[in-house]
Amino acid sequence: MVLAESGFSSPRNDAFPAGLRVLVVDDDPTWLKILEKMLKKCSYEVTTCCLAREALNLLRERKDGYDIVISDVNMPDMDGFKLLEHVGLEMDLPVIMMSVDGETSRVMKGVQHGACDYLLKPIRMKELRNIWQHVFRKKIHEVRDIESLEGFESIQMTRSGYDLFDDGHFLSGDDTTSGRKRKDADNKHDDRELSDPSSTKKARVVWTVDLHQKFVKAVNQIGFDIGPKKILDLMNVPWLTRENVASHLQKYRLYLSRLQKESDIKNSFIGMKHSDLPSKDSTASFGPHKAMNMIPDDVPNGTYSFSASNSLAQNVDLKGQGDLKGITSAPVAEPKGALSIDIHDSHEANSTQMSFDHSLGSVDSAVSFASFNSTTPLQYPWTEIPEIQFKQECEPLHLENGFSQLPLPGPSMIENEANRSRIEVKPLLDESRSNFVEHLGPVGAEDLFPIQSKSQSLNNQVFDLISATKSSMKTQDVGLNYLADSEFALRNLNASGVGVPLATLSEDLQICWLQGDCYPMNYGLQDLECSTYDNPALMAETPFHLYDVLRFDHEHLFDPTEYYAIDQGLFA
Amino acid sequence: MDVVNQLQRQFIDYSASLHREGFLDDQFTQLQKLQDDNSPDFVVEVASLFFEDCEKLINNMARALEQQQGVDFKQVDASVHQLKGSSSSIGAMRVKDVCIAFRSFCEAQNREGCLRCLQQVTHEYSLLKNKLQTLFRLQQQILAAGGSIPVVE
Repeated sequence: MVLAESGFSSPRNDAFPAGLRVLVVDDDPTWLKILEKMLKKCSYEVTTCCLAREALNLLRERKDGYDIVISDVNMPDMDGFKLLEHVGLEMDLPVIMMSVDGETSRVMKGVQHGACDYLLKPIRMKELRNIWQHVFRKKIHEVRDIESLEGFESIQMTRSGYDLFDDGHFLSGDDTTSGRKRKDADNKHDDRELSDPSSTKKARVVWTVDLHQKFVKAVNQIGFDIGPKKILDLMNVPWLTRENVASHLQKYRLYLSRLQKESDIKNSFIGMKHSDLPSKDSTASFGPHKAMNMIPDDVPNGTYSFSASNSLAQNVDLKGQGDLKGITSAPVAEPKGALSIDIHDSHEANSTQMSFDHSLGSVDSAVSFASFNSTTPLQYPWTEIPEIQFKQECEPLHLENGFSQLPLPGPSMIENEANRSRIEVKPLLDESRSNFVEHLGPVGAEDLFPIQSKSQSLNNQVFDLISATKSSMKTQDVGLNYLADSEFALRNLNASGVGVPLATLSEDLQICWLQGDCYPMNYGLQDLECSTYDNPALMAETPFHLYDVLRFDHEHLFDPTEYYAIDQGLFA
Repeated sequence: MDVVNQLQRQFIDYSASLHREGFLDDQFTQLQKLQDDNSPDFVVEVASLFFEDCEKLINNMARALEQQQGVDFKQVDASVHQLKGSSSSIGAMRVKDVCIAFRSFCEAQNREGCLRCLQQVTHEYSLLKNKLQTLFRLQQQILAAGGSIPVVE
């Protein structure tokens, strides 16, 4: 492997695209050599890598050190699509996929994951010559963004904001120092360019864990559909631009949808469990859409999987869910609880409508909130409205438009309902839960966030979900899925962007979200994780798998023993 | 000079036959075009990498298929897929074609079929290796005689 000095601080000059800094990742040594040669012939600066992990390290070490990444799809240590996601989310670089396999489904997958292009091997020179277009395209989009900024003030703030990045991003003091040095160099360089709106180079935003958390929090609050501007406002990060958020949002969506798909596959058995539910339709709907299970299909990734497929066709028919009972809240003995949310999603279409024909009042739902990585103990039974100890303020939920089917009760209502709900406790839950637990074995428990009732604004869908869950939740075999903030975000993904704060979820409310066939988009559960932001303990624990960059040891993300312990606690 | 011309003609003819017989395809020509003063032995180096990789993969496949307790076809398939990618890098068309058939047998979990393909792939690989070595020898001779390698389109 040849590491070429990529001179991250060197600006691309007028000779563009000459000097384009390309990172090639391919486990095939023959191809690596050939591609290197070809790219050099295009006058590009080439760095080669035969392992995806290594590539990520390189990218992370040198922010702004590369302009574009070309990666093979099939690699032994990491799926090319995962690498693609990481790069897109963390570094916001254009990524080109390559493969000898040109099957449409694969190509489509690549595009779905955000690949700028998908090249078939054998690759021709002319194809490589053209890759600069992807870089350029991104640049001009970013430039437009800068130019639309209100003024240089924001640009100035950007500069200082970069220092913040370093703080949040580097783990060790050494790194911080060197990182700062680099950043300073970059900043100087960037400032020069930033002050010139016509410059085609923009300093790349580094999405640190903190920043991403803010992002997800904002997204969870208002939903993807609201738009990057609102998200930006909510995030309250002065130097961040709308465009930064927009592009990050796009990647995030893709990432979540992938997780969803994977979750669907992995949760199939959960769906089977659901067939036990008297609530008929939910069963059927569980089939194709699985509970939002956190399944780390990629250990290092600690990805959350949840049935947040983009196919809005999720039909959790919650009609007649009235007989769903069993809201169970399991006490969590351990500090880390499993927050599982089983949300039946009765989406019908892209709208965020949940077609429940039940009313909240009559719904019994087996919803128990547990919190992973939180100190919130779950309590039995549901009627007690177990406490969710979130440290954050809890805003009353306000139902927003779109939530036509279910009247969104105020906090009291939910509580009432909870009280009214039959609490289906352990017996039912245990079985499913244990199954669920097994199923979730490999899931990154840390990924589950407690649902925080306070100031979360749930989408109506989410709320619907909750209601639906309550109503349809007869059982628990919904995998108690812990929705990570990303899940919440995903929930919002297709939401109509209406935020429905869960006013009803008071801090005392512990809800166990049994995840069933829920369309994540509609879950405003994201709010729930908001509290994690304010809770340093939670945050520390929160594994943003997306940022496992910060913890090179991915295994750390999930401790299966922990999960089972939780299970014990929940179902003891 | 005459010697050089002769050698060059030999080279051209031999190249053409390799292409004609499907041992090599256009990708190989592309590789030759990539060769330049900065990397005068580019094609030879790439071919060496290919041979190494090939042998490694073939061994993997053989080992996997030998398992009496049950063949891990996924593993075999993964190796075949890699070989397919590798062979496409230098334009080893015949090897690549065998890989395609090989993958079908893997999918069908047909051990016999896989073993047959393994044999074929090994055979094709050996043939190709020999032929390329002959070609490279010709190249060396031309260069030694002071001539340049003709580019065969």
